[in-house]
Amino acid sequence: MSAALPFHRRPGNRLAFRYALAVIITIIFVFPVYWLFIISFKTPDEIFAFPPVWYPKSLQLANYKVLFKDGDAATVGNSLILASVSTFFAMILGTIAAYSLVRFKTGGENLAVWIISQRMMPPVAIVFPLFLVYVWLGWVDTYVGLIVLYTAFSLPYVIWMMRGYIEDIPLELEESALVDGCTRGQVLWKVVLPMARSGLFATAVFTFVFAWNDFLFALVLTRTEVTTYTVQVTHYFGGQSNFWAKIAAMSVLGTIPVFFTVAVMQRYLVRGISMGAVKG
Amino acid sequence: MSDLKITGLHKHYGAFHAVKGIDLEVPSGEFTVLVGPSGCGKSTLLRTIAGLEEASSGTIEIGGEDVTWARPRDRNIAMVFQNYALYPYLNVKDNVAFGLRSRKVPEAEVEKRVSRAAEMLGIGHLLTRFPRELSGGQRQRVAIGRAIVRDAILYLFDEPLSNLDAQLRDDMRVEIKRLHQELGRTMVYVTHDQIEAMTLADRIVLLRDGLIEQQGSPLDLFERPKTRFVAGFLGSPKMNFIPATTTETGVALNDGTRLDMPGRNGLKAGQAVVLGLRPQYIAMAGQSLAKGHARVPVTIELVQPTGSRVQATMPLGGASIIAELAAHDVSRPGERTEIDIDMTRAVIIDPQSEQVI
Repeated sequence: MSAALPFHRRPGNRLAFRYALAVIITIIFVFPVYWLFIISFKTPDEIFAFPPVWYPKSLQLANYKVLFKDGDAATVGNSLILASVSTFFAMILGTIAAYSLVRFKTGGENLAVWIISQRMMPPVAIVFPLFLVYVWLGWVDTYVGLIVLYTAFSLPYVIWMMRGYIEDIPLELEESALVDGCTRGQVLWKVVLPMARSGLFATAVFTFVFAWNDFLFALVLTRTEVTTYTVQVTHYFGGQSNFWAKIAAMSVLGTIPVFFTVAVMQRYLVRGISMGAVKG
Repeated sequence: MSDLKITGLHKHYGAFHAVKGIDLEVPSGEFTVLVGPSGCGKSTLLRTIAGLEEASSGTIEIGGEDVTWARPRDRNIAMVFQNYALYPYLNVKDNVAFGLRSRKVPEAEVEKRVSRAAEMLGIGHLLTRFPRELSGGQRQRVAIGRAIVRDAILYLFDEPLSNLDAQLRDDMRVEIKRLHQELGRTMVYVTHDQIEAMTLADRIVLLRDGLIEQQGSPLDLFERPKTRFVAGFLGSPKMNFIPATTTETGVALNDGTRLDMPGRNGLKAGQAVVLGLRPQYIAMAGQSLAKGHARVPVTIELVQPTGSRVQATMPLGGASIIAELAAHDVSRPGERTEIDIDMTRAVIIDPQSEQVI
């Protein structure tokens, strides 16, 4: 019977095709990451060898050691501080603002739209005027400067997202808490935050990643003190030669925190916790 | 002493006037039911008592204290919501304890009160479960538990049974009535269901278009309605309304049938009125011992048995009326028979003012 089916329709073959396709697509997507990762462990000779060294004989940690010895790795720490602190503030301020927009209709119909429109602004359009303001404030090349900027730049996104999540919370839950003795602040803390928890984490991840990956603001507004890893990587592109080993090692260091952030948060991102709140 | 006193309460939503000047006093320990059709303002009134809506004007006193402008948390009330309003991320025990912990009740006391409330409601074995693992009836018990565990002056119920199916609703109604008898607390209960109102209430407050139409004990409203609206709202099947004209001794229907009303002598003859007859006060000829009956011949049009009783539809005086008869009194449509109408229970209504005369 199976002989009657064309070759590609036979059940076994069909599955094989699917797997083959999946493997090919995976290789296409994963290879650049693999290549970056593997370069960071190569010696200079291996990097420029032809034909290419597909996998090194031994994993050299020399490239990483140099980064740590010269202090370049500290720029990852800078990025971590800037991204975490700005995410923290953006989440607090943004959630409170979103709650106010939803429950008290603050600013009427249009304020929320105006807020998200601020996020559409191309960063390059504001970065140079901002530079002049920062020079005047003395905020160039400081943590405060970038934290304030990242917080402000993430706020519209946080407000917009949290507004959606908060709107989905049944009003009766909050009213019940108010009757049961909570203040508005306690309602926010004990009802709104737990109810919006998965949304809260998802938004925080994206906010964190935005700040983590920022290049333009960090390039213009920092010099030597709070250089971020994204800016640091560009220092290895030289006039005469490019330090591929350092570029690769630095990029790997920059990828790890994001990788773990997403991996840890993933279970919150997918978990629906609002089941059973009301009839259903 | 009254636990709740409302004076001249108004509530506007923009141009919409939801509550139009309500005065209400609820004595300590009484079970008051606010009832009325959709949009009559009963839920708005309850939410304003709770402080979830702000009064436009008027005053609200709870426990002798003016709380018109107080936050909900400062009113010493507990409330059960229509959709249960359980926190999905807390288990049953933490849900029930929520209000106590918010008010900083010592943990030992919380334990004690939660287990007592759980025992009263039969949810002791569910304390570690989460709301999503409970049935609708169990969730409603938890929601009630969260209210009764509190030591409040006033307990508010906002249509708590309307999400339950019919059987469960009957069970929970009994449960709520029993709880009120055991606790003896002051309760205000909103419903659109007149059976809930009749069965639960010490006192019914019937609302219509933002005003109190009539208030009193369930039987008072049932037997002595002041308006056509009250007469028609309470009772199932509904009161029959038949156009009629007054005579010296009672009324005459449009087909000439004269029905005497014993004890109603001061009537002015020749006035157009509406005669109100409850289906329950109509019986087959000769079956009722009460005095003051009018006997009329009828032809049965439609028969709806309910098991214990039968609801028979028949034409009378140009209108179609329903009579609630004994189960085996009539069996099929087209049957010609005679009925006795208890005219001492009949009401006559002025069709213009809709007031009962």
